[in-house]
Amino acid sequence: MSAAPDHTPTIAQASLSQRLAPYAPVLLVIGLMALGLMAIPSTSSWLTLTVSGLAMGMMIFIMASGLTLVFGLMDVINFGHGAFVSVGAFVGVSFLLLLENMTGAPSLALNLTAMFVAILGAMAATALMGWAFEKVIVKPVYGHHLKQILVTMGGLIVVEQLIIVLWGPEEIYITRPEALKGAVTFFGAAIEKYRLVAVGIGAVVFLAMRWVLRSTKIGLIVRAGVENGEMVQALGYRLRLVFVGVFLAGSALAGLGGVLWGLYQEVITAHMGNQSMILIFIVVIIGGLGSVEGCFIGALLVGLLQNYVAFLEPKLALISNIGLMVAILMWRPMGMIPVVKAK
Amino acid sequence: MSDPILALSGVKTNIAQYHILQGVDLSVPRGQVTMLLGRNGVGKTTTLRTIIGHWRAHQGTILFDGEDISRLPTPAIARLGIGFVPEDMGIFADLTVEENMILAAVSGPINSARLDWLFTVFPALKTFWKKDAGTLSGGQKQMLTIARAMIEERRLYLIDEPTKGLAPAIIATMARALRELKDQGASILLVEQNFSVARALGDSANVMDDGRMTWSGDMKELATNAELQERLMGLSLETHQ
Repeated sequence: MSAAPDHTPTIAQASLSQRLAPYAPVLLVIGLMALGLMAIPSTSSWLTLTVSGLAMGMMIFIMASGLTLVFGLMDVINFGHGAFVSVGAFVGVSFLLLLENMTGAPSLALNLTAMFVAILGAMAATALMGWAFEKVIVKPVYGHHLKQILVTMGGLIVVEQLIIVLWGPEEIYITRPEALKGAVTFFGAAIEKYRLVAVGIGAVVFLAMRWVLRSTKIGLIVRAGVENGEMVQALGYRLRLVFVGVFLAGSALAGLGGVLWGLYQEVITAHMGNQSMILIFIVVIIGGLGSVEGCFIGALLVGLLQNYVAFLEPKLALISNIGLMVAILMWRPMGMIPVVKAK
Repeated sequence: MSDPILALSGVKTNIAQYHILQGVDLSVPRGQVTMLLGRNGVGKTTTLRTIIGHWRAHQGTILFDGEDISRLPTPAIARLGIGFVPEDMGIFADLTVEENMILAAVSGPINSARLDWLFTVFPALKTFWKKDAGTLSGGQKQMLTIARAMIEERRLYLIDEPTKGLAPAIIATMARALRELKDQGASILLVEQNFSVARALGDSANVMDDGRMTWSGDMKELATNAELQERLMGLSLETHQ
């Protein structure tokens, strides 16, 4: 009988790719920007496109963040999320039209105050609507995905029709507040002022959400609830109340996104929320269902790619996001930052 | 037994079309460790999950300190003072050890004296305090889940197979922790397959089979009677360590 081979355990050091894996999504954003820089002939165009891509990404993130948490926390698929985007836009724009003397004045302070009021109004309206939507439409269909899809779709249609009843069937054209019109020149690149505002608001929302989720007890309950709701309840927390709160906050954020998106497009329609749902779903899926960070990075990728491709090869712009989703899901089938689910 | 802290009578629980509990009677005396024993699949875990309200008893009563809790939602049951350690441990892997413990302290900030005591019972928790709970080993996760239940004083602990799949050295730590908890006067309902742990900790024992209680009595009596074990569980506990 031959002797057993010597036992020489080796502890392999994690390879570079293993150590980089957690940061891969962030590197992907940087990589995409670098790729854009190489592909786009002039640096100033690249800068313009990058800021515009980031602005678009931030707005998609604001609209999508609520949806990903609602899904993560209670396994609810809300196809009606777009309704909050539309309602937010209409309420916000109505406020802006009322405050015309403030938005028309060439004073940045007055303009921003008017926007702030419009955003607050839109968020209050959509939060209230979210509360009613959850109670009437979502609550009866907990645990039934197919019913959720059907009934929330129905809710979206009802809300769209209500908007037409209240505001009329025509799209509403709006102009941005006076001081936010036009562009600033930066290293030879023309950058629309409004996009800088959108990037700023998006960054603030993301950092605030991160802070709440990481540093407050309610944030801990939400994160733990996404992972294992049953255990959170067994500790004594009323997850149902937390969920209603998250639904409400998510709706309010969608409303905020609606105002920003409307001012970005300078036109609002009752169907704008429904149309934005495709981008929102792409972002939520590639980010990893339930992951706020994933949603943020996914939104930036979508915004950047759409802008770069639309500049380089306009015909491909339409499929670029679907292509991105396919590529990311082939790489990480559960999304870029998958949420660990108990079970 | 007079005035038990928990008393189940005639509890029936269905999961989908399956009748899992078919009339469970169980009494958990105050300040004692009550063992819940039986072969796999006889309804031990379902009994604990029915008490905490994850499953609904469709018949029977569950009295906790005299109050019927069988219709209460899970968070309300937990807040009456019941700590639950599930079989799958229910660790929040994405949260750090610290965050897991902060969450477990439901009624406010962590009591630092109690935390220090837990650190002496489970030194590993202090070492990995800032690490994601998902990166802990199986034994460390089990320590965290028990410590999480112990961070605030509860009147009753429901603990489901705390030594399952653990190395002997860690089982000893776990048994010591449960002993300390018992010495503090806590009432514990413990599902346990490890015989030496059951014998060392258990005051009374209840044996289940097929969704019903088939024997209740003194743990010592069961521990010393191999024939009884054979009859109740189809095998001697001595061979099932």
